[in-house]
Amino acid sequence: MPTIGFALTVAVRFLREGRFQSLLIIVGVAVGVGVVTYISALIDGLQGNTIRRTLGTQAHIVVKQIEERAVPSLRAADSNIAREIQPRAQRTRSIDNWRAMMAEMQSTPNVVAATPIAAGAGLAVRGEASRSISLVGIELEGYDRIVALREKVVGGIARVAPGEAMIGLQLAQDLGVGLGERIVIRTGGEASDNYKIIGIFDLGSRELNRRQVYVSLKSAQSLLNIPGGVTNIYASVSDLFGARETAQRLKARTGYEIESWMESNAQLLSALNAQSISTGIIRGFTAIVVMLGIASVLVVSVVQKRKEIGILRAMGATRWQMTQVFLMQGAIVGLIGSVLGVLFAHLLILLFMTFARGGDGQPLFVIALQWQLSLKVAVIATICGVLAAATPARRAAQLDPAQAIRL
Amino acid sequence: MTAVADFARPPILELRALRKSYNIGTPIEAEVLHGIDLTISRGEFVALIGPSGSGKSTLLNVIGLLEPMTSGDYILAGQSVAALDDAALTLCRGNTLGFVFQFHHLLPAFTALENVLMPSLIRSGTFSASERARGLELLSRVGLREAANKKPGQLSGGMQQRVAIARALARNSPLVLADEPTGNLDTHSADEVFALMRQFNLEEGTTFLIVTHDPRLAARCDRIVELVDGQIRRPASWTGTDS
Repeated sequence: MPTIGFALTVAVRFLREGRFQSLLIIVGVAVGVGVVTYISALIDGLQGNTIRRTLGTQAHIVVKQIEERAVPSLRAADSNIAREIQPRAQRTRSIDNWRAMMAEMQSTPNVVAATPIAAGAGLAVRGEASRSISLVGIELEGYDRIVALREKVVGGIARVAPGEAMIGLQLAQDLGVGLGERIVIRTGGEASDNYKIIGIFDLGSRELNRRQVYVSLKSAQSLLNIPGGVTNIYASVSDLFGARETAQRLKARTGYEIESWMESNAQLLSALNAQSISTGIIRGFTAIVVMLGIASVLVVSVVQKRKEIGILRAMGATRWQMTQVFLMQGAIVGLIGSVLGVLFAHLLILLFMTFARGGDGQPLFVIALQWQLSLKVAVIATICGVLAAATPARRAAQLDPAQAIRL
Repeated sequence: MTAVADFARPPILELRALRKSYNIGTPIEAEVLHGIDLTISRGEFVALIGPSGSGKSTLLNVIGLLEPMTSGDYILAGQSVAALDDAALTLCRGNTLGFVFQFHHLLPAFTALENVLMPSLIRSGTFSASERARGLELLSRVGLREAANKKPGQLSGGMQQRVAIARALARNSPLVLADEPTGNLDTHSADEVFALMRQFNLEEGTTFLIVTHDPRLAARCDRIVELVDGQIRRPASWTGTDS
């Protein structure tokens, strides 16, 4: 039984014999693979970065109160009656039975952490200055697991003991307060309370830094007049893109109003999708161009090597063995080209990290070429090489040995 | 002694009413071989002569299983090849036949020794130590032991043709087909190459069928088959030409 040894030996010799051609085609593959790998890593890095930034201050899954609806006492079918139903104004209410819901969420697969939130609108007042704020009552431990608040503290400490509040950089500026100073927080009714600024944070967004004020869950509950209640449950998941499904499953099972980051950031998500599709198109076309390159060089090689193919056939090489010789050349070119291409991509990434820096001198974002991606690219390039060689290989196999030798 | 006496030995090949046409089914259909009957016995050393266009190369290609015949029967080493498919023909070719071509057709990317071992490489994907030893021995016997690791480009035409002969014998093929093996060599090299083939014929019993234009060499063969216009001329005047 003829083994692969013949094909491998002859393929390597043929490639080495056509030195310049082989070099050209391998460089072609390397450039194609390098660009595809670089772009893939770049887009992965960019998307990862975007998602990280977006989700850095958001929960992956949020449980909300069920909206209150006006229930008309007259049936809609009765068309003789003119009526107009006004939507109800939504009060700040607690989620019913939220402890049970928390437990339910924590036992749901894909959910890593869940924490209660009591949030509502308010005013932060200091002397003459007052700013409207979004008051968020949290349990620091649980909240930190979801939003990593501790990492974002730029002054003071992260703590929400009774009578203490954490505010954003911009709000501190607007109110002209510093650490240890006091502000008054008012909410809807007559409720108001006095807080010491214990920490100042930077959430990476001016808007959030201006609005977000963290206090303890208990303080918020009393300010918002929902003693013992919570307005939201925040949860984080391990599989980011499974968040929508997890949320829908929970919603179906419990009947609560549950939204994932994928719904609240639908636009971002579709932008990311569009980006992924564009990258896919670039990858696809690059693969096609590279394959055409390999195929055309091998077609020429078949013509050049007609005599040799004829001799090999005369000496007992089967059509399938001749096919293998050329498929093997495609595979070798794909493999060597992709290894060089991955190295080339590493170089491009290094250049990017060195030269594309933001105002602070740090790289715009971190791209890392993971070995899984490199391996995947190498395997795909090798398969592409074999596919590209299919037509030339078939030609080589179809060659009539008698005619080939006569030339 | 005449060729007829060789019928005592078993035939290596028999052609019966063999016909070969090109471009079948087209307006330019042409029959090149018009019913060839030919028997060659094991161990014979036969010259195939004839003017250009007489069909010598076509006949050699059909015998070499490189081209299919159109009709008739062809029994090679006891096996009828008429009904074999491409894979079976290739196997049969590899096991039975060795080739020496006019333009020595070595593979330029491989050394002389590798060229000699190529039939083994084709068959098993590698070559054993004993095959390698046999290859080196063959190269010694054609006087090229020193050139074993040289590429064909570094060898003269005569040397290349001697490597080609060693290759044709590498797998002990019982029948070697040579298409004008001395066609583009000077007289001295031609004599050397011819003598080598004769030597292998006598020492190993290899059957040779040699297409040649050179009457001087043809005269030194056991038997001469003359092809004229696609038919074998009755051998009256040629058989029995002994050197």
